[in-house]
Amino acid sequence: MNRRFPGYDVLTKRTGPSWNEATRQAVDLRLAVPREPRFFSMAEWAVLDRVSQRIIPQPPGRPPVPIAALIDAKMLRMGAAGTRIEPMPWDGDAWKLALAALEAEAVMRHGQGFAALDDRTADALLTAMQKGEPAGAPWQRVPPGLFFAKRLLPDIVEAYYGHPTAWSEIGFGGPASPRGYVRLDTNRHDPWEAAEAKSEGDLKAYRHNRHVA
Amino acid sequence: MREYSLDDEVDFLIIGTGAGGGTLAGRLAEMGFSVVALDAGAYFRPLDDFASDETEQEKLYWNDRRIVDGGTPLQMGGKNSGKAVGGSMVHFAMVSLRFRPEWFRSRSVLGYGADWPLDWREMWRYYREAELALAISGPVTYPWGPKRPRYPYRAHEINSAGRLLALGAEALGYQWTETPLATVSAPRGKSPPCVYRGFCRFGCSTNAKQSTLNTWIPRALAAGAEIRDLAMAGRIEVKGDRATGVHFHREGAWHFQRARNVVVAGYAVETPRLLLNSATSRHPHGLANRSGLVGKYFMTQSNQAVFGRMRDEVRWYKGPPSFTITEHWNYDDRKDFFGGYCWMAQGPLPIEWGFIQTGARGLWGEALRQDMLNYNHQVGLKMVGETLPDAANTVTLADEVDQYGLRIPRITFSWGENDRKLIGHAISEMTRSLEAIGAEDIFPQREDANHLAGTARMGFTPEDSVVDADCRSWDIPNLWVCDGSVFPTTGGVNPSLTIQAIALRTADRIKAMAGRGEL
Ligand SMILES: Cc1cc2nc3c(=O)[nH]c(=O)nc-3n(C[C@H](O)[C@H](O)[C@H](O)COP(=O)(O)OP(=O)(O)OC[C@H]3O[C@@H](n4cnc5c(N)ncnc54)[C@H](O)[C@@H]3O)c2cc1C
Ligand code: SF4
Repeated sequence: MNRRFPGYDVLTKRTGPSWNEATRQAVDLRLAVPREPRFFSMAEWAVLDRVSQRIIPQPPGRPPVPIAALIDAKMLRMGAAGTRIEPMPWDGDAWKLALAALEAEAVMRHGQGFAALDDRTADALLTAMQKGEPAGAPWQRVPPGLFFAKRLLPDIVEAYYGHPTAWSEIGFGGPASPRGYVRLDTNRHDPWEAAEAKSEGDLKAYRHNRHVA
Repeated sequence: MREYSLDDEVDFLIIGTGAGGGTLAGRLAEMGFSVVALDAGAYFRPLDDFASDETEQEKLYWNDRRIVDGGTPLQMGGKNSGKAVGGSMVHFAMVSLRFRPEWFRSRSVLGYGADWPLDWREMWRYYREAELALAISGPVTYPWGPKRPRYPYRAHEINSAGRLLALGAEALGYQWTETPLATVSAPRGKSPPCVYRGFCRFGCSTNAKQSTLNTWIPRALAAGAEIRDLAMAGRIEVKGDRATGVHFHREGAWHFQRARNVVVAGYAVETPRLLLNSATSRHPHGLANRSGLVGKYFMTQSNQAVFGRMRDEVRWYKGPPSFTITEHWNYDDRKDFFGGYCWMAQGPLPIEWGFIQTGARGLWGEALRQDMLNYNHQVGLKMVGETLPDAANTVTLADEVDQYGLRIPRITFSWGENDRKLIGHAISEMTRSLEAIGAEDIFPQREDANHLAGTARMGFTPEDSVVDADCRSWDIPNLWVCDGSVFPTTGGVNPSLTIQAIALRTADRIKAMAGRGEL
């Protein structure tokens, strides 16, 4: 249960005046993203999945946002386009190289694959990557600090915070066309926005949020 | 829509339909010229095609292959490049500002950068024309610069984030005002008033936003221009020193459109790329490039920010992101660096806010997810700052190719020392403003940039520039450049109104020259 915005689910507005047809179609597609690798190999996917879980640990009690699946879909769509930063290759290849490098680093340091590491060890390895420490041959075209900051974090953030589950979690109003908003002032919100719990188990906020539509 | 055949030698073939190309297409068509305007992007219908969704609307961005390098490689894509009929303005933030007059003479009056071959008094007239064309909503009196008439539409009411900028500015003793915005505050034609849905930078699905797409493009069509979407120009054909037309890719094949004049308006990366890709044996370094300046002096604007958290609920996702502004440091010269900047209220949507949290603070793990729960309490100020022109910042051709087989651009950029000083000043000023309103957990976002400029600068002689004051290339008299790439300097405000004003002036100049038989 969402403690900050109890009972709020942005999807209850899906058929109301805050969502247009283009939005419904786009979000429906995202919710239906295939939960298996299409761009990545099984081995790459296992590392990616574990990385995603450590970058954004998801709370129990609700279906997790399928971060790895969303990144897989994105790379399938645009992995060979966009902007590449020297010396990294195009995004899809960069991901594959970085996941392989991370796996090799885990094996070298701990004698087992990244997906098998316990939380603390995995986080320590990711921290080392963020700081740009790993230096072996596998990292040559994907400098660890650069990849972590420019590809790994943004892609995971985009997958998670582009999902309705995350919008509900942070109390974002979500899609808002054609209705938009009326109350713009400090501490004001429309009936179709999430109410924030002012204390643990705030029933007023809960009742409000159950009626958001 | 009127359609021309490939064999019709149209008066003007315009490549790109954004702030520069779209505006010019509209005016030239209204003046009676035959016009075809190509755009590599799609012709979207906002009411049917636009979702309220950060990810889905990536379809508006230029995401073809590009390479970035340099000391501080720029992030390309949604933040600075559009690919759609209407150009980047389809997802721009609508901030519509005039230059400070001295910026047109920054070399001789302020001691840095380069002078423009344009007179600010003349530009003032064209700014007004652009503001009327887009029905800008703004304040009754604008606090900075020479007097200007009141804005065509009344200012919008202000959201909480905008109110907090005002409180901070007042505490610092600086003036602030409602930002002049290109979204209507009352009905206009087919545009309903803005409903404050806050997805402006992802396309406006209600058509309240006044962009090229729903202002100049319909005017161009009504006056008989053809807008050809999903048409990628690959090479400009020249015979001797005259352009004869353009090779473009559409529906799986290359075609050639004949034209008496060709106008390049693809923005500061695609414009030099096309000129360079069109090299011939007579023009071995690319078209209009005898000066060697095509692709040089590439500029961006500093877009750093400072964020903090309020006890109050701010909910900055509502409405256009930048309801209020202070241009104080564009007009106060007591600084130890060149150039100026303004700052505006902010309203990043969740993904962008996540990028800032990870990018500026390196947050991840439980720390990130917990901090994101404060989304509705965040407040922020973001600068638009002047970046000095530097010949070492460039757009060149890489050896790799894109989906059409065309060589892709390499964008090389580093902040200069003056830029860093200016950014440092702005960050400390914005920090003071947030402190003054009692924001907590204040942090700076030290790396961010937005608008592009330069790479085909206008100037006074064939040696110091690519085009003259009329946007006409020095080397090839029937080849023109009309977009943000003609800027010799960027100034400390968002560029689109200036690009439009230049396009309006160019149209008038073309009409005058045509009348005298000088085309
Ligand atoms: C997110 C965002 C927010 C912004 N906010 C503001 C703001 O608030 N205020 C402001 O003043 N400015 C803002 N800007 C900047 C402003 O939108 C641009 O400066 C302006 O649109 C540039 O005009 P332009 O004509 O040079 O290029 P664009 O408007 O980018 O148009 C170029 C067009 O050319 C097309 N093109 C390029 N190459 C080819 C080719 N080879 N063949 C065919 N077509 C081609 C592209 O598809 C594109 O549609 C913003 C920009 C972005 C991205
Ligand atoms: S806030 Fe206004 S301008 Fe922005 S997208 Fe919504 S209706 Fe359009």
